[in-house]
Amino acid sequence: MTETDCVECGGTVALHDDYEAGEIVDCETCGVELEVLEASPPVLDRAPELEEDWGE
Amino acid sequence: MSVEIGLLYSRIRRDDKLLLSELRDRGHEVRKVDVRDTTFAVGAAGDTGEATVDDTDDTERATDAVSALAGCDVVLDRCLATSRSVYTTRFAAAYDVPIVNDPETARVCADKVETSLALAAAGVPTPETRVAFDTESALAAVESFGYPCVLKPVVGSWGRLLAKLEGRAAAEAVLEHKATLGHYEHKVFYVQNFVEKPGRDLRVLVCGTEPVAAMSRSGDHWLTNAKRGAETAAFELDDRAAELATAAAEAVGGGLLGVDLMEVGGDGESEYTVHEVNHTVEFEALNDAVETDVPATVVDWLETTHGAGADDTGQVIVE
Repeated sequence: MTETDCVECGGTVALHDDYEAGEIVDCETCGVELEVLEASPPVLDRAPELEEDWGE
Repeated sequence: MSVEIGLLYSRIRRDDKLLLSELRDRGHEVRKVDVRDTTFAVGAAGDTGEATVDDTDDTERATDAVSALAGCDVVLDRCLATSRSVYTTRFAAAYDVPIVNDPETARVCADKVETSLALAAAGVPTPETRVAFDTESALAAVESFGYPCVLKPVVGSWGRLLAKLEGRAAAEAVLEHKATLGHYEHKVFYVQNFVEKPGRDLRVLVCGTEPVAAMSRSGDHWLTNAKRGAETAAFELDDRAAELATAAAEAVGGGLLGVDLMEVGGDGESEYTVHEVNHTVEFEALNDAVETDVPATVVDWLETTHGAGADDTGQVIVE
């Protein structure tokens, strides 16, 4: 388990061992969705908002 | 035999993680390419130079797609955004890199009008549909079906922006809103007969043209998308449903697809209508609902079509 800081609230975000760049994780403190920009070491930022053409 | 697989993405969903794990567990080389960080050069086929990384702030993460994809035995398009998917598949094909799905399949599946035309041309039963480009003619199309009927955006998914029109006043309001507030694509009015379904629809995962797993999606709401909270359960395909899933896949060119059907036969009669074919299919809910190991089945198919002994044209072999 890897831990890093939430860019929104500064709380601790726990990442599973198999986390991937591009994955979305939730901050359990403030609830914001965070995107893993880089995997090692972990770099997180706020996840993009939903776009109209997303999904299948 | 190990295969080098590119994965185009902008978000790694649970589906994608399952695929990545399966590919890596089998010893395949996986090259993740975030399309947001990538530029796609026109007329660059055969240029396999080093990745281009500019040192200015705006483009410091931009990677050249030709070098990013060079040498891949196959590239999987897992883009979350349809607009990106349509173009990236075109570029991969232009670079002579085998891509799943084929750009023509992506083009047809990305647009509901194109999908409807392809299904109808192939004789696959699909809901009765009319397209109009003006609110008055759209209202005429709506009235020709009667109420309720359904208005859908030509591009979109997860059941968003679909309207079940219960009467003329609602139809007039929704059409005016779409015409006034919408992107130009929302002025392409795609009107469909409302299909009375038994509280559920069906999702069939197709590899090539073969159905490999299916589930039902049930709910009280008229929209029964898994993303909207519908309950999912394994569904055993009968011969007719399997036949239609195959025919729908063939109609759009085959590939890794999610075919959506509604049951219209009534009690004891197996008849269906195909209302959607998805080209960057999500299978998280399906994998949870069925006994089939979906990512393993998908990778089996990729290995068959692009692994040892695959067609050296690099095209997906449609059985």
